[in-house]
Amino acid sequence: MTDPAIAANGLRKSYGDKAVLDGVDLTVPEGTVFSLLGPNGAGKTTVVKLLSTLVSPDPGTGDIRVGGHDLASEPQAVRASIGVTGQFSAVDGLITGEENMLLMADLHHLPRREGRRTAAELLERFDLVEAARKPASTYSGGMRRRLDIAMTLVGDPRIIFLDEPTTGLDPRSRHNLWRIIRELVTDGVTVFLTTQYLEEADQLADGIAVLNDGRVAAQGTAEELKRLVPGGHVRLRFTDPAVYRSAASALRGVTRDDEALVLRIASDGSQRELRAVLDSLDSAGVEADELTVHTPDLDDVFFALTADSDTPDQPEETVR
Amino acid sequence: MSSLALAVRDSSTMLRRNLLHARRYPSLTLNLLLTPVMLLLLFVYLFGDVMSAGIGGGDADRSGYVAYLVPGILLMTIGGTLVGTAVSVSNDMTEGVIARFRTMAIHRSSVLVGHVVGSVLRAIVSVVLVGAVAVAIGFRSTDAGVLEWLAAFGLLVLFATALTWVAVGMGLVSPNAEAASNNALPLILLPLFSSAFVPVDTMPGWFQPIAEYQPFTPAIETLRGLLLGGEIGRHGWLAVAWCAGLAVLGYVWSTSRFNRDPK
Repeated sequence: MTDPAIAANGLRKSYGDKAVLDGVDLTVPEGTVFSLLGPNGAGKTTVVKLLSTLVSPDPGTGDIRVGGHDLASEPQAVRASIGVTGQFSAVDGLITGEENMLLMADLHHLPRREGRRTAAELLERFDLVEAARKPASTYSGGMRRRLDIAMTLVGDPRIIFLDEPTTGLDPRSRHNLWRIIRELVTDGVTVFLTTQYLEEADQLADGIAVLNDGRVAAQGTAEELKRLVPGGHVRLRFTDPAVYRSAASALRGVTRDDEALVLRIASDGSQRELRAVLDSLDSAGVEADELTVHTPDLDDVFFALTADSDTPDQPEETVR
Repeated sequence: MSSLALAVRDSSTMLRRNLLHARRYPSLTLNLLLTPVMLLLLFVYLFGDVMSAGIGGGDADRSGYVAYLVPGILLMTIGGTLVGTAVSVSNDMTEGVIARFRTMAIHRSSVLVGHVVGSVLRAIVSVVLVGAVAVAIGFRSTDAGVLEWLAAFGLLVLFATALTWVAVGMGLVSPNAEAASNNALPLILLPLFSSAFVPVDTMPGWFQPIAEYQPFTPAIETLRGLLLGGEIGRHGWLAVAWCAGLAVLGYVWSTSRFNRDPK
């Protein structure tokens, strides 16, 4: 079995008094997509900054290995195996897209001819050929992001960090990027992705970690995470308050939303449980205006794990 | 690749980037050239008669003052272009691409070396341009042979390199372009308190040591001696010592500042 692409133990980082990361453990197998989820301010970007050698971890952090190299003792070897696209576009706005690409080729010490070929290929692949000779500062947000990622791919990094790569992209650009990420992984590249979009993690990621308050609240595959939360329920909506009230008293184990006239009954969505609900409604002689069956998705996981810690009814334990 | 070869290669890549910036946006450099040219014309044509009365025991004429003034203006030109360096370094540090460079397996200081070499090249071009204006209004080197010209060139490069490292440090500690431009103000003001416009011994006695030993005066006096003849004396060593000291100080300051974790 090969080394994992990324193995971090006890990542710690504080800025001033605030502990941004308070002992985060992450393992990313080679050739997979790993997604770090979390609300704003959870520390996602800080994790990327630490693992990409941009900032140094605090004392007390355990071993960090990236690409088989120890981050503390061999930072240059780590840098040689990674590519990073940060949250803020890391392109040189004063020069053209093509010049940006050639700059990367030179910094990767590619021979001139190979550098030109790589730059041309990537500009083509990211649909930037027409804009290649315009200054990057004139690019739209989506174009800058594409150029940014194209620059990251010069030099064929084996591990790629993408910090919220699709934030601010239109749906078409987002899907294009997903396609590119999938292609990369097919070639054996490891992708470390942070995102606010749960759908993105669900679509792409082999492994997901939910970061909250500087700690990993849960880690696993999308399926494993969904099993953690009792998010499945039947939702009944009423328009008549009287009907709503009699339904509420006829059913057991309901959660009431008196303002919206909505009842929620925990359910795994099976035919048997659904029939039980309908039977109870029938025998009480009430009819819901709307019935929907809701199966748990990553949204439920996310809300359950990242809710304010003083809210009751949320899983407190860390699940690995 | 050996680490020296890597350093040279990455630095030359960064230099190309720097020159590309300068070529695409020449306005900053050109604006900074206006100040020394204006001062040159102002002091020669408007104040020239009065000023010339103050040098050489009062028997110098306006062309004598041109000869006196030009070495100081040339070094002032260098000081002026360095404000541009501080501003562009400060601007550059706000660009996301710098963060990218930090995560790449390149020679780390090459980012700064690119700025320094590019800035020294611009300073030399500026000095040549201002020097051409000086020649056009009648400046002639009376005394310089090949050796003196080489020494003068060497002095300008050394002086520019030393102050550039300081200017890079000023740019790195400045949060934005305005702050960088303010922090670099001493590079413009110092020549005004030097022997650039009037001899030090015409200044008030208490101020003379300050004017005499600040970095610009020895460099100006050395350049004067090289181009116009006359005694250089201790000014030569003082100038070299200042340059060496400022270069080391600026280099250590800039690199340690750059190697810190970014915010």
